[in-house]
Amino acid sequence: MSTSDTHGSASAEVAARVERRWATIAVVIIVVMALLAAFAGIHRATMPQPRVETTDPSRIHLSGEFVESNLGSVLEANGAVTVRAIGQQYSFTPACIVVPADTPITLRATSADVVHGILIQGTNINTMLVPGYISEQLMRFTKTGDYLMPCQEFCSFGHEGMWGKVKVIDKADFANRAKGGGRLSCVGQ
Amino acid sequence: MLVNRKLILAHFWLAFAVFGIALTLGAWQMFIRSPIGTWLSNPELYYRSLTAHGTVMGYVFPTLVAMGFGYAISETALQQRLVGVRWAWTGFWLIVIGSIMAVIPIALGRASVLYTFYPPLIGNVFYYLGVVLVVVGSWIWVALMSVNLRVWRKANPGAPVPLAMFANVAGSYLWAWTAVGAALELLLQIIPVAAGLKNTIDAGLARIFFSWTLHAIVYFWLMPTYIAYYTIVPRAIGGRVYSDSMARISFILFLVVAMPIGMHHTFADPQVGAGFKFIHSAFTALVALPTLLTVFTICASVEIAARLRGGRGMFGWIRALPWDNPMMLALAFSFVMLGFGGAGGLINMSYQLDASIHNTQWITGHFHLIFGGAIVIMYFAIAYDLWPHLTGRELMDIRLIRTQLWLWFIGMIVTTFPWHWVGILGMPRRMAYFDFADPAIAPQALSVTFSAIGGFVLLASGIMFIVILARGMRAPLADAGPYRFALAVHEPKTVPVALNTHALWVALMIGLTLTNYGYPILNLALSSGTSVPAVYVGAQ
Repeated sequence: MSTSDTHGSASAEVAARVERRWATIAVVIIVVMALLAAFAGIHRATMPQPRVETTDPSRIHLSGEFVESNLGSVLEANGAVTVRAIGQQYSFTPACIVVPADTPITLRATSADVVHGILIQGTNINTMLVPGYISEQLMRFTKTGDYLMPCQEFCSFGHEGMWGKVKVIDKADFANRAKGGGRLSCVGQ
Repeated sequence: MLVNRKLILAHFWLAFAVFGIALTLGAWQMFIRSPIGTWLSNPELYYRSLTAHGTVMGYVFPTLVAMGFGYAISETALQQRLVGVRWAWTGFWLIVIGSIMAVIPIALGRASVLYTFYPPLIGNVFYYLGVVLVVVGSWIWVALMSVNLRVWRKANPGAPVPLAMFANVAGSYLWAWTAVGAALELLLQIIPVAAGLKNTIDAGLARIFFSWTLHAIVYFWLMPTYIAYYTIVPRAIGGRVYSDSMARISFILFLVVAMPIGMHHTFADPQVGAGFKFIHSAFTALVALPTLLTVFTICASVEIAARLRGGRGMFGWIRALPWDNPMMLALAFSFVMLGFGGAGGLINMSYQLDASIHNTQWITGHFHLIFGGAIVIMYFAIAYDLWPHLTGRELMDIRLIRTQLWLWFIGMIVTTFPWHWVGILGMPRRMAYFDFADPAIAPQALSVTFSAIGGFVLLASGIMFIVILARGMRAPLADAGPYRFALAVHEPKTVPVALNTHALWVALMIGLTLTNYGYPILNLALSSGTSVPAVYVGAQ
């Protein structure tokens, strides 16, 4: 194990070479992973919310896009759907969100009090609701059916009871319901 | 040279005592929210328990282990009596007082905000002050580690700092800077509100401050484990460290890149834009590098031990390892859990995949596997290795030690694997109960039951650990000889200044934190109208 003899220094060189090779492999693995993430972000549009939007939670019920009459799903002129929702201790409004299948949907949501989260089970739709800020998620459902939508962030003692629902219905059916205008939801259905 | 054994034992005993309490609470939580428990009539009790479990396991237990181990390293690696013993005791007592101060409001249900705080939820001010005292106590340790190294350098100018101490001081600096994020959140934002001086708070800014602490704290928990990998394991199994300089590089990398990556906890948050999230994601990938290097160096060091024991062949040497040696077992278990946990971590850090599992039970499974599994099992091994030197008595129960390690490993796998699975199914975190009668939730019932059973296996293992150490205090006296650290195959005679000092790396750590956090923090701090009314816990 002495470094002074020739055998020792030769083995030290071998050791260093093997080690360098491994370090190179490790760096390559990491670079490839970062590039894949960047590629997927740019090409598949799977990015986190790009913009920061703010809102005053003490006034959201009085004016602006999150007043009660504006919550729910609306069919836009271009055929897309916008869903507006709020989270508060311990429920979502609307508690049941109705959306069409095979349609680009924009979810816009915020919190009226503490930090909450929206998670739609069986999908990768998942966002935080932080009071003071607006969360925006793009989504698209391929299958009709009912999905559970729990609050995924601790919001005090009633957190375990904060479950909402998403009902994905047929596209034509949704268009029919949207004919009368207004904001759709499936609360009470 | 272990002079201040009482000091070190006090840290370890307090650490393991609070660990035992928090572990019991954890097992109860697993049980009560599983289908084998009955619904809690008062869910609030669950959140008290959860706050206590997280606060102890996150802030108190690993900090005390790092401190006790750090003092032991300072005395044994430097062969020098600890300088500043009185200060060390002051730090210890600050942690005791802080813990008591924090636990009383938790027990009364006035601080059920979880260890992650979650403003605008605001608990009793004494909870936060208690946490601050714990951190201040640990900062005394940071200062002492630095002072002791400086004293040693003066007496040994230019000599290579022993690897264990080099890593230990790197870990202490990492902690000092890591804790600043939560400290800013507490001192500037939360405590003024909890004390009634203000009644609004910017929740988004608070989350960014906390993310500064929340990720790098994991590497602070990890430090004692990595120090054990490099400086204890090879000696304990009769091998040598493959490369001293690669070890130093790994610890330096942790110091530099563990910090500026915390925003990968906020991928799903609305208060930061995608740009900084991507930067943090890429830096998080970088932090896998020191772990990959460590896996190589430690496997190579273990192979050296096996070949010295007569092991042959490409993989045949694995059989020649001393598998009845608790240190060997602990290392193997730790590596298996590190492998699975690390793979899960790579999923969490990529924001495409993170969206599928963010804030689900997957995350809880992930950090229990890494921290409770890979890291804590090495805390056990460290305690077993140091105990005879601290007590002057032999640890007699080798077979019991092996059983304890096996149970911890099995318990952790049985607990966390189903935990990951229900996370993929979309089960949210931090819920006091689940309605398993709901057809959409029913398929998760079996997995949750397994997790709960695993929790009890862990509890049994934890009790055994404490019993073994307690029996070790009363075993017959036996001189364990001087405490030694592992030697490298090629022991360094000289070490480049960059691998022998910390200043450059600390400067880089601070610089990278400023570039990766400076703009988002300033941007949030300067924007008006985002402060929201506080919601006081226990006031409803």
